[in-house]
Amino acid sequence: MNPSAIRDKVAIIGMGCTKFGENWDMSAEDMMIEAAYEAYEDAGVGPEDIEAAWVGTVASGITGNLLAAPLKFRFMPITRIENACGTGQDTLRNATLGVACGLYDMVLVMGVEKLKDSGLSGLPEFFTHPVYGQGATAPGRWALGATRYFSSVGLSPEEGKRCLAKIAMKNHHNGTMSPKAHFQREITMEQALNAPVIAWPLGLFDCCPTTDGAAAAIITSTETAKKLRPAKDYVLVRGFGVAMGSGWGKENFDYKYDYLPETIAAGKQAYEQAGITDPRRELSMAQIHDCFTIAEMMEYEALGFSPAGKASEDIDAGTFELTGELPVNTDGGLKSFGHPVGATGIRMCYEIYKQIQGKAQLPARQLKDPKMGLAMAQGGHPGFLQPVVAILGRSDLAK
Amino acid sequence: MAGLVTYGAYIPLHRLRRDDIARAWGSAPPGGERAVANSDEDPITMAQAAAIDCLGDIDRDSIDGVYLATTSSPYKEKQAATVVARSLNLRRDVATMDFTDTLRSGTLALRAALDAVGAGSAQRVLVLAADCRLGAPRSEFEQILGDGAAALLVGGDDVAATVEASHTHSNELIDLWRSSRDNFVNSWEDRFVITEGFLLNMQEGVSQLLKKSELKVQDVTKAALYAPDARRHREIAASLGLDPKTQVQDPMFDRVGNTGAAFALMLLVAALEEAKDGDRILVANYGDGADSFILRATPQIEKIKDRQGIRKNLASKRYLASYETYITHRGLMDTEGQRRPPMVSSAPVLWRDQKWVLGLNGSHCQSCGRTFFPPQRICVHCRSKDNFDYVPLAGRKGTLFTFNKDALALSADPPEIWCRVHLEGDVGVYCRMTDRDPDRVELEMPVEMTFRKFHDAGGYPNYFWKCRPTRESFIEAGEGI
Repeated sequence: MNPSAIRDKVAIIGMGCTKFGENWDMSAEDMMIEAAYEAYEDAGVGPEDIEAAWVGTVASGITGNLLAAPLKFRFMPITRIENACGTGQDTLRNATLGVACGLYDMVLVMGVEKLKDSGLSGLPEFFTHPVYGQGATAPGRWALGATRYFSSVGLSPEEGKRCLAKIAMKNHHNGTMSPKAHFQREITMEQALNAPVIAWPLGLFDCCPTTDGAAAAIITSTETAKKLRPAKDYVLVRGFGVAMGSGWGKENFDYKYDYLPETIAAGKQAYEQAGITDPRRELSMAQIHDCFTIAEMMEYEALGFSPAGKASEDIDAGTFELTGELPVNTDGGLKSFGHPVGATGIRMCYEIYKQIQGKAQLPARQLKDPKMGLAMAQGGHPGFLQPVVAILGRSDLAK
Repeated sequence: MAGLVTYGAYIPLHRLRRDDIARAWGSAPPGGERAVANSDEDPITMAQAAAIDCLGDIDRDSIDGVYLATTSSPYKEKQAATVVARSLNLRRDVATMDFTDTLRSGTLALRAALDAVGAGSAQRVLVLAADCRLGAPRSEFEQILGDGAAALLVGGDDVAATVEASHTHSNELIDLWRSSRDNFVNSWEDRFVITEGFLLNMQEGVSQLLKKSELKVQDVTKAALYAPDARRHREIAASLGLDPKTQVQDPMFDRVGNTGAAFALMLLVAALEEAKDGDRILVANYGDGADSFILRATPQIEKIKDRQGIRKNLASKRYLASYETYITHRGLMDTEGQRRPPMVSSAPVLWRDQKWVLGLNGSHCQSCGRTFFPPQRICVHCRSKDNFDYVPLAGRKGTLFTFNKDALALSADPPEIWCRVHLEGDVGVYCRMTDRDPDRVELEMPVEMTFRKFHDAGGYPNYFWKCRPTRESFIEAGEGI
């Protein structure tokens, strides 16, 4: 394997993102059209320039026709990608490989999810053994991690829940400055701690909402990007990490539920590809998977932002707040921005892209001089994870 | 000579205060309580639990037959005994039979087992009886019925009780019935049912039995007598000339209730628990006729230990919060559940996976020695392929390694508690918890595995295993064993 094979060879030159939320008046097709046309306009290209596309969704359709039909692409290669909550990043990764090898030079990457037509609370069931594990919920599966993680790092459930509440408050605060986010409201510690229990120890404000949305990117070779856009306006793809767990952590006596081995592995791959040795110092920001606040807390450690078992200290120190040492989920994260599964990873990249351009949606949220950002989303739960990491960087980082 | 090798019993953890039923319907509070199956229990799971209690560490391969008696099988067509046989990991060539449709089915199964062993077609037959009959809301049956199960191992060698005599007769009379469309027990007018049905037939059966055995009623140490309720139990005991203080096995109407096909055999188990060498036990059961037996305890009786039996099952209990909880557990009221996807099932998957779905077998890697559940063809640890033995995990002690209390999950009794349990031998099992008080669940608590019904997707019961806090943990101080 050559870890630097794709570093800085591919650039994002345009992005789009719909309003995330309960988009009762929009279908998946409507949202893909919104996201694609914002990206066309941003990149200064049109549908006639697109040579190939990748579309990611978990449950809102199948096949490449899903994208070709609404956008009227004519007989073009399009592939649908599914890799649970990391679908967005993995769609970008597959498209990036297509551009980096030189086969295509103008590619559309789309992530979409339409969840609110189902009438269900939370996500649909994807795992249907007649009895084993059937009926388990995503918050319940992460709660198994929370219970054991707290115990393992020496936090009482009450102390642990206060750490989670701080994460929820931070992400809600960041969401107030994101007009496209699902929620724009502050929450208090009391609200978070006294909220109805969803899956103990997780309460309502520890859980991201069920959201509709789509996000899109137009990628090209770095050489082409230089011709099309000023250097400050395109962003380079630096590397990816994907690490599928063998899926038996929850049955494996040796796995103790207090760390995320798949996420650690995916982070290492991405850091090696991006040439990062000290992520806490080298990253300007991170958009990570706060489907549940406990996930964000455990990911601080898995991605090397905090030493193992020490995430609570960094939470208390404000390390990951907007003004902190390493701002995390600057647009509000899944918690506040929402989680249309297939779109989430592209939405994370959208935030990094805008921040690096200096075009965060509201100036109050704009980071000072960001150089590099990490976007990590992962499906599954402790013992059964599917993390996908993407690292994006400013164009002057390329050698 | 055919007799009883050992015994076991099962009474569900949950009890419903009869005053709570009375409160719902504005009737006079009768006092006492009845045993109520949890929403994930039925006659199959209760019979299975009694069987586990009965078998203890007896070699499962020595069992030649499983006779399951119930009037409340979840199936009208399809055998229940096969489910129990697979969940106990019995031999494939075990003879499975369901005895159904009559309150006498428990004693008829016992009789058939004694005949099979006596005739030499089987060495050991497991006789199980379980019932979970429904009385219509506001009916007297709702008050007097209870849920429970008994298990008897019938064999020819090392018996703890021999059968000295037996008698059976049939009698056609419409007293209690459920037609193929009925959910609830029906009854003809009480006076007819008791005088022409219950009392006359019980008296006839016992007098014929005593005549055959050349015994007098005074020779009986303890009598395990079926009766529909406490009043009729006193009446039949008196009419047979039994001394109510010394000769009559406590019928537990105030703590368990009438457990139908299982009732007479549960009283027999209670009598056997107290029995000493030489004691004579009279068993008499009614239903479309009467069955009766005289059993004589042998010195083996005092060697039977470590059974939950009736006593320990009675001592460990938890009260249902309300009548409404009972009525939802039995599915008698439509309630609004969580807006979650409906459960789905697949007959081929259940068939393919029955080694672990029903039998709770893990894979024990022959290369590295680790055990996994569900079984793994390729070892999680050493990646050795198809190099494992199936090992049963059902009896292993466990501790709770991590858990949640999931209020979002589709559940008959929220919050659903999902766990990873660590069983003896370093085995991790991901499962749900049942029979628990959500406020008393904590890390490292001792747990044990129990066979339960998960749901009815596909139109049939789907069974699997859950963990539960140990039954002992529900024995209240001063309940006295």
